[in-house]
Amino acid sequence: MIDLIMPTLSQGLLWALMALGVYLTYRVLDIADLTVEGSFPLGAAVAAAILVEGGSPFVAVLIAAIAGALAGVVTGVLHTKLKIPALLAGILTMIALYSVNLRVMGKANLSLLRVDTIFSLIRDYGFTNVQAILIVGVVSTLFFGFLMYWFFGTEIGAAIRATGFNQQMIRAQGIDTDVTIILGLLLSNALVAVSGALIGQSSGFADVGMGTGTIVIGLASVIIGEVLFGTKSFKNCLVSVVLGSVVYRFVIAIVLQLGMPPNDLKLFTSVLVVLALSMPLFKARFRSRKVAK
Amino acid sequence: MLTVENISKTFHPGTINEKKALQDLSLTLEIGDFVTVIGGNGAGKSTLMNSIAGVFPVDQGRIVIDGNDITKQPEHKRAKYIGRVFQDPMLGTAAGMMIEENLAIAARRGKSPTFAWGLRNEEREQFRILLQELDLGLENRLTDRVGLLSGGQRQALTLLMATINQPQLLLLDEHTAALDPKTADKVLSLTQTIVTRHHLTTLMITHNMRDALRFGNRLIMLHNGKVLLDFDRFEKEKLTIPDLLAMFEKASGSELDNDRMLLG
Repeated sequence: MIDLIMPTLSQGLLWALMALGVYLTYRVLDIADLTVEGSFPLGAAVAAAILVEGGSPFVAVLIAAIAGALAGVVTGVLHTKLKIPALLAGILTMIALYSVNLRVMGKANLSLLRVDTIFSLIRDYGFTNVQAILIVGVVSTLFFGFLMYWFFGTEIGAAIRATGFNQQMIRAQGIDTDVTIILGLLLSNALVAVSGALIGQSSGFADVGMGTGTIVIGLASVIIGEVLFGTKSFKNCLVSVVLGSVVYRFVIAIVLQLGMPPNDLKLFTSVLVVLALSMPLFKARFRSRKVAK
Repeated sequence: MLTVENISKTFHPGTINEKKALQDLSLTLEIGDFVTVIGGNGAGKSTLMNSIAGVFPVDQGRIVIDGNDITKQPEHKRAKYIGRVFQDPMLGTAAGMMIEENLAIAARRGKSPTFAWGLRNEEREQFRILLQELDLGLENRLTDRVGLLSGGQRQALTLLMATINQPQLLLLDEHTAALDPKTADKVLSLTQTIVTRHHLTTLMITHNMRDALRFGNRLIMLHNGKVLLDFDRFEKEKLTIPDLLAMFEKASGSELDNDRMLLG
């Protein structure tokens, strides 16, 4: 069991970037954005394609981020300019990305076992694989966490947050909500793609099917984090989401250890999210029953 | 200051629900005018307001503020000139953000947002002073989320936000209709104070004839998407509610259908 702690923690931090991306759309913009199901493997695919050609791991992650950002812009334009409902806009981009990802990789799966990755570079300095993943996880989570905290404190960031709360209000204050929505989707999917690029490298392959369930894992992390660690301020929310992602990984590791077949993982995660989302309803029922008595 | 020239707006044209909300309406406001707007249901009051604010484009006509033709500008561009308070207290503020964050956004109305920090320390002090003047105890709650405030507090805050950097035009769309009478009175007298202090050119829709007579220096009554009656400061001073009703019936050839409006 002890052997599980470090790998699980480090995986949780790599996935935390994805969870922060989902938090950005689901909570900040108030949009359930399914683009992430496509931009997560897109990040992995782009990074893998570059690494297989002998490219630098840092360039690979950067290009992956740009690719994810573009995917977000596509969804944003579909939603704001073409007036397609956000959920459907995300689904359309997600489906389109499936083909894009196949084209990027040239096939359904690219192995990274014999190429330089961000983790193999760190291992070259004498660290173990788990340590390398932990280092990348800590550094990237801190970097993007602080970046988000700074950005959402700026005038532009505040306008994006206000857009999620009340579009009418922020338009009356002179902000073009089309722009803020597109910007939010751009940042979210860039983060998700970076997460995909890092997780692809840590698991040693990129696969066209690896995005299935991304949104649900993201939601699980966001909700677990909010329930356990609070939502007092924006800073608090960011920390909660990161910790939520780590806790989610531990939950998964524990149920697998207890003997749950890995094939049931997605079913388990969905049920977890359903329970978490319906919690307020049950709480209210429970409370009203207590009052009635 | 504001010139509205022959604007028309038809909703759902060519369908069974076709509604000619504004018909060739013209209106000119001088600098510092505080105009109250009354009219029955469907008279076009809110459509006039939303046309000026740019919520939707007008079918024809021209809207000019301070020499700038804004007819073709989208809503967010017009925000540079216009401060707005809505009927629904929930609409004017971002509930999940702090009072100071809402004010900071309002203080930047009409300016392109930048990567500069969204709230400066010296602004906090300024906000505290402005909130103190509202006399609602909000000056010590700068970091409270707006969602925690009552409807009246939110509407007072929205009014402060709409006027914090003195708009060329202030649009008040029945901004006290959703409040209880005592709170409504407080928000109205606050409106009066702020409008007078900054000599704001103001268009205020109200459903309450008493308020329409009590506030402002001009009163217009809309009917069927047109300006039916228009009273200047001197005419308005002598006007009573029965006068207004009699004149409405004479001018429109119908009885006023809005019970809510008579109650005031």
